Amino acid sequence: MIEIKDITKRYGGTTVVDRVSLTIPPGGVTSVIGANGAGKSTLLSIVSRLIPADEGTVTVDGMDVATTPGERLARRLAVLRQDNHLSVRLTVRELVAFGRFPHSGGRLTARDHRLVDEAIDYFELGDLADRQLDQLSGGQRQRAHVAMVLCQDTDYVLLDEPLNNLDMRHAVHMMRRLRRMADDFGKTVVLVVHDINFASCHSDTIVAMKDGAVIAQGSTADMMTPELLHQVYDLDIDVHDIGGSRIGVYFS
Amino acid sequence: MTATRVAAAPARRRLALLALLAVVAAAGFCLIGLAGNWEYALIIRSRKLATMVVVGVAVACSSVLFQTVTGNRILTPGIMGFDQLFVLIQTMIVFLFGALALSSADPRLLFAGQVAVMVVFAGLLYRWLFGRDGRDLFVLVLAGVVCGTLFGSLSSLAARLINPNDFVVLQDSLFASFNQVDPALLGLSAVLVAAMAVWTVRLAYRLDVVALSREHAINLGVHHASVVNQALVVVAVLVSVSTALVGPLTFLGVLVANLARQLTGTFRHLTLLPAAAFVSVIVLVGGQLVLERVFGMNTALSVIINFVGGAYFIALLIRESRR
Repeated sequence: MIEIKDITKRYGGTTVVDRVSLTIPPGGVTSVIGANGAGKSTLLSIVSRLIPADEGTVTVDGMDVATTPGERLARRLAVLRQDNHLSVRLTVRELVAFGRFPHSGGRLTARDHRLVDEAIDYFELGDLADRQLDQLSGGQRQRAHVAMVLCQDTDYVLLDEPLNNLDMRHAVHMMRRLRRMADDFGKTVVLVVHDINFASCHSDTIVAMKDGAVIAQGSTADMMTPELLHQVYDLDIDVHDIGGSRIGVYFS
Repeated sequence: MTATRVAAAPARRRLALLALLAVVAAAGFCLIGLAGNWEYALIIRSRKLATMVVVGVAVACSSVLFQTVTGNRILTPGIMGFDQLFVLIQTMIVFLFGALALSSADPRLLFAGQVAVMVVFAGLLYRWLFGRDGRDLFVLVLAGVVCGTLFGSLSSLAARLINPNDFVVLQDSLFASFNQVDPALLGLSAVLVAAMAVWTVRLAYRLDVVALSREHAINLGVHHASVVNQALVVVAVLVSVSTALVGPLTFLGVLVANLARQLTGTFRHLTLLPAAAFVSVIVLVGGQLVLERVFGMNTALSVIINFVGGAYFIALLIRESRR
């Protein structure tokens, strides 16, 4: 369980995250939605200890992320940010293998190699495995990064816009994979998503943020309503039941 | 069988080749043209060789480490003015305490004190320059040039203010070259560099992770700040050692760190660090060998290294600006 208590983060004079309290239950897929600048990414970065909070605490299974030793947390919680600029040149396989670092400390065992190969195969990166990352397209790079995070094999997986740059097929593929991790392995997946329909079709819980605060949290069915979506995005969104899922239509 | 292991093989083979070349250069430097009183010549030459090896290893390791913790492939301690900072510290000690204190103090104790001051100031300089996220590379290069010039000018200002007798003592310790190095200082330097090398090897796997980015490192459970701080201490000590021995070698680091990276094609520090050290020894010893034995010149090596390294640095900058 991830418990977020009164988290506040300010940059200069602006409050980006404003006294957010939130409990994310273990297991299942939770999507965080909200307009640009709503504080989603900042909150995710605080939960995953990438940036310190100004006030408040975050605990993951009772461990305070600000004080728990990094290597212990790294075996329980993995995070992928939106912007993943690397300052070194390395191949897809080398990047994915870094996901095993918290477990093996750099010296990979046979099991580590097997997990790396599996992750590479799953994301259809086999042909690209020995290519340098800077020679790949944005979507291919994104898949390599997600493969690395999944290779970390943690109970909690936090992803900031994992669908960035992905084509439709790979986006669906990615969401199915995350869904399966939650269903088959009991993992807790938290993601920031911009496409409300991906959130609707693949997540159990949706958290809506606006102006640094959580304005609503609930099951997908409860959250996918025109009223709530209007409140979140300031946009008229029709919601239809299509093929058993609630789909928001807002394109025209 | 995985591709990682396959890919590691040529890197290791190239590392072995570099080691061989370094040994050949060292043997050539000691043995070629040995005539007359060969025992005496051999002692002189091997002392010079030892100096070059210690300095080469120090410059190579400090440059690779600095590039890793700053996340770029262009800046080195030399370019950021760290060795000028050490010269300034040396000068200020004479300026404040006088040459008598300098010559009466135990040289090892004095050196330890200088290194300690260097560690503190290099840490502050790093915080100031790299503390904020997303600094533009060119701003950093500019800041480095300004810092280097500032420290250099401050040193020469202080040197002008001190009395002539003190200045002679200072000059003696500043204008060292590969030809005239205090054996006691060389021994201490060798021990320090060896200790720093051991420390770095223990950090090597974590440095691989830190090289990715701060966020990746934290996610993978590496205490980023701690690794960076340790690396900075190592860098400050290594810069102090090489500057104390032979003075500033501004562009050697950028040359050897990038050559090592290109030659081995890896980011792994366990390969990269020794490769850079071997390249550094090859450049220094090989260069000195060619200069002395082929062209019959005596002291111009650092000039040539700075010329070649500087040209290489400009080429790197131009390439980076096109991306």
